[in-house]
Amino acid sequence: MGRNVLQIDDVHKSYPTAEGAVAVLTGVSLALAAGESVALTGESGSGKSTLLHLAGGLDRPDRGEVTVAGVALSGLEDAGLARVRRDRIGIVFQQFNLIPSLTVAANLSFQARLAGRQDQGWERHLAGALGLSALLGRYPDELSGGQQQRVAIGRALAGRPGLILADEPTGNLDETTGEAVLALMLGLVAEAGAALLIVTHSDRLAGRLERRLHLRGGRFA
Amino acid sequence: MTALAALLSHWRRHPLQLAMLLLGLALATALWSGVQAINAEARAAYARAASVLGQDRLDRLVGPLTVTRYAELRREGWPVSPVLEGRLDGLRVLGIEPLTLPQGAGVAALPDLAEAGGLLEGRAARVAPDTPAEALAGLELVRSDDLPPGTVLADIGLAERLLARPGEITALILDPARPLPGPIPDDLTLQRAAPEDGLARLTDSFHLNLTAFGFLAFAVGIFIVHSAVGLAFEQRRPVFRTLRSLGVSARGLAGLVLGELLLLALVAGVAGVAMGYAVAAALLPDVAATLGGLYGAPVPGSLGLRAEWWATGIAMAVAGTLVAAAGGLWQVWRLPILASAQPRAWGRANARARRMQALAGLALWAGAGLALVLGQGLWAGFAVLAGLLLGAALVLPLVLGGLLALVGARARGVLTGWFWADTRQQLPGLSLALMALLLAVAANVGVGTMVASFRTTFTGWLDQRLASELYVTAPDTETAAAMRVWLQPKVQAILPIVEADQMLGGQPGSVYGVADHATYRENWPLLAAVPAVWDQVRDGTGLLVNEQMARRQGLALGDPVDLAGGPLPVVGVYSDYGNPSPQVMLGLAAFRARYPQAPELRFALRVPPGEVAALASALGDRFALEDGALVDQAGVKAFSLQVFERTFAVTGALNLLTLGVAALAMLASLLTLAGLRLPQLAPVWAMGLTRGRLAALDLARTLVLAALTAVLALPLGLALAWVLLAVVNVEAFGWRLPMQVFPGDWLRLGLAALAAAAVAGALPALRLARTHPAAMLRVFANER
Repeated sequence: MGRNVLQIDDVHKSYPTAEGAVAVLTGVSLALAAGESVALTGESGSGKSTLLHLAGGLDRPDRGEVTVAGVALSGLEDAGLARVRRDRIGIVFQQFNLIPSLTVAANLSFQARLAGRQDQGWERHLAGALGLSALLGRYPDELSGGQQQRVAIGRALAGRPGLILADEPTGNLDETTGEAVLALMLGLVAEAGAALLIVTHSDRLAGRLERRLHLRGGRFA
Repeated sequence: MTALAALLSHWRRHPLQLAMLLLGLALATALWSGVQAINAEARAAYARAASVLGQDRLDRLVGPLTVTRYAELRREGWPVSPVLEGRLDGLRVLGIEPLTLPQGAGVAALPDLAEAGGLLEGRAARVAPDTPAEALAGLELVRSDDLPPGTVLADIGLAERLLARPGEITALILDPARPLPGPIPDDLTLQRAAPEDGLARLTDSFHLNLTAFGFLAFAVGIFIVHSAVGLAFEQRRPVFRTLRSLGVSARGLAGLVLGELLLLALVAGVAGVAMGYAVAAALLPDVAATLGGLYGAPVPGSLGLRAEWWATGIAMAVAGTLVAAAGGLWQVWRLPILASAQPRAWGRANARARRMQALAGLALWAGAGLALVLGQGLWAGFAVLAGLLLGAALVLPLVLGGLLALVGARARGVLTGWFWADTRQQLPGLSLALMALLLAVAANVGVGTMVASFRTTFTGWLDQRLASELYVTAPDTETAAAMRVWLQPKVQAILPIVEADQMLGGQPGSVYGVADHATYRENWPLLAAVPAVWDQVRDGTGLLVNEQMARRQGLALGDPVDLAGGPLPVVGVYSDYGNPSPQVMLGLAAFRARYPQAPELRFALRVPPGEVAALASALGDRFALEDGALVDQAGVKAFSLQVFERTFAVTGALNLLTLGVAALAMLASLLTLAGLRLPQLAPVWAMGLTRGRLAALDLARTLVLAALTAVLALPLGLALAWVLLAVVNVEAFGWRLPMQVFPGDWLRLGLAALAAAAVAGALPALRLARTHPAAMLRVFANER
């Protein structure tokens, strides 16, 4: 196993509330190597999504360091963080968050093209594997929830990023569809050789990944 | 009350929305009531002027007049009152006899008996404010807003002393309410009153334009109100349902919403009328100068407070709010209790609705076309304008959507592709604001083109019509003859202008006789003419008619016109702006043969330009000419240009205000959309675009939409100008102004529209650039 794709060292994060600051993460560390898959579980409010956002360069820790593909995020300005997100990370959201004004094909290739790494053969392969080949000309609001989530997975993988982050990727899908989508994602992540970090409530889903980390009280239990 | 409090609590939580609603309505009301205030003030001023200085609006007897002759006429039962006019140190002195002055010809100048006594005793004179009083030392001066600047109104005895013209009378005013005892005596000439509707119609053209501008600005403001009220309705849909399910009846709920709207309309209406007062007070001095200079209509440069426009302004605010909220109110009335409480995205009309809207727009255009072809009268002109503008506003979203799809299909880059697709998707939410911008820019182009065309045409026409350097009118035929002898060696040419009253096609009009001279052949503004037209005029085988007579009576070249001495064919048509009456021009010889009794009192003089002032002064002194008997061409032209500059100042200010309201409409829509945009922008941010870049793209999107709208507004504005010049003007005033285009003005306007859009887009873009990542993250996660 080579260099860690994701390295999180002693990060702290709190949020201001009317009653004062609430600490969400209190010294969390984590390392994720290429090809490795980890499930992040915990109660609601335990800080799972916050940790995922810090790992994705979407938010900054109060203290500690997040390193993605050897790049320490704390030293980066907005533009630098955006570059890391664009080039190194693929994110799958629970709400799918497709771009409603673009077709399925344009959504699939969007981030890869932003990163300047479009590979049309790989995209065709992804579309075929995800069962989207016949839907490429449609718009997101013409798709079912399962179809939309498959597009979101394809979009995250199209640029072959080293790190895939997924926040409850099957949370909005029924059990059967969720199973199918998860199987597809795991297979394609393995095929791409990416590291995978999934936030989930589901023990069953967590059980299918290589490692499982449980957050409680702002730390790994 | 509990239910009303629940409804009103929405505004407490959305203060920006409330501010936009109130500001939009207040601004719309301000522009409308401001313009109405100016119009009301100006019209009141005309009415005052008509009663104060109405002598030229009453028939008068002129000729060799003395106090003795006046006394004779009074004894014979003639209802006459003497007037002495003259100039003293640059002041116009008007001497009247208050006791015999007819009703409506000066009573307003004598507000109380004490002052009338002062006037009668020759102690007092009324003067306009700011009139220099050095020449009136020793007199009791009463300042009066009713008089135009530089005018002194005094008893005729005092006027005689001031002017050093004892026993003289300029004219005798006839009391229109009393019958004449017999035919006009031979030694006197009856001068008919200037038709009062001439001034009214001319000034009406100015007021019509102002009103049109005010109404358009109001309509643009109502778009803002519609947008804000519509959003508030959508956001409160769940509250409405809850209230209904808790036992509030549909009627009760609609009544509560109506009450809330009326309350807001009243607050905004009062604020709007107050702001309108400020607008009017700022614009009135320029308007007054424009009307005074252009049409001789005296309007004071200060504003009075009038109850009627407070009432109409607030009524307009209430009516506008109800119109803007009618759709929402209907929905509240019909709201099913058990429907899904999921709020729909406001303004996200589906494609079918947009197509239907465009079809309605096309139908309105068709209606406008029908009104243009089949309609008659001023109302047909307004129907064309309304159909054209409203139709264009309804068609706009579909046209913009098509253009964006076209451009988007050619985009190659990933960001440009997303930019165009996303811009297209924002269109429904922004379409109301863009419609407002379309109307504002089109109104600017249309009214600007009309005013500029009018200026260019009118000044060019003045150059043609006033080709001679000096115009002089003698008081009687003896003086005229002496004047000719005196002038002969001093000028290059003396061109007699003779005139006679004549019924023309059933309307009172005038026939003019003009000399055959290069001054006319080279300069007269002919709109249509047969070959060798001036030879035919000289030979008395044809005549010229003015444009309004040709249009109203449907005369073409070759058609006969009945005159004293038999009909003559029309050989030419000339433009005659500013004159509402029919007019005919004949060669001098033909005129003398047909109207031998017409006195030759008026001459156009060709003089080397450098000698005009000296000649005018010498002529005035030599023949003791009255004010107005000498007209200096250069002075008239310079004054006209100055007047137009002021007109431009007024329209420029209204342009700016209308664009400002449109910018506010855009700001309201963009702020509304900003909240709905975050879920669309957050994924793009997550995939690697900075907030700053997204904000820049959002601002660029606003600018692109504004630019496209401004470009589309250009043909609409030109069509508007064409309708104003070729339809409304013709229907209202009888003449058609040639339309001229001013691309430099369009460029400036386009830049102003972009600046307005940039100002409107800047705040939402800035807010987006500064959006905290946590706000973006809330889009993705429901928990932490």
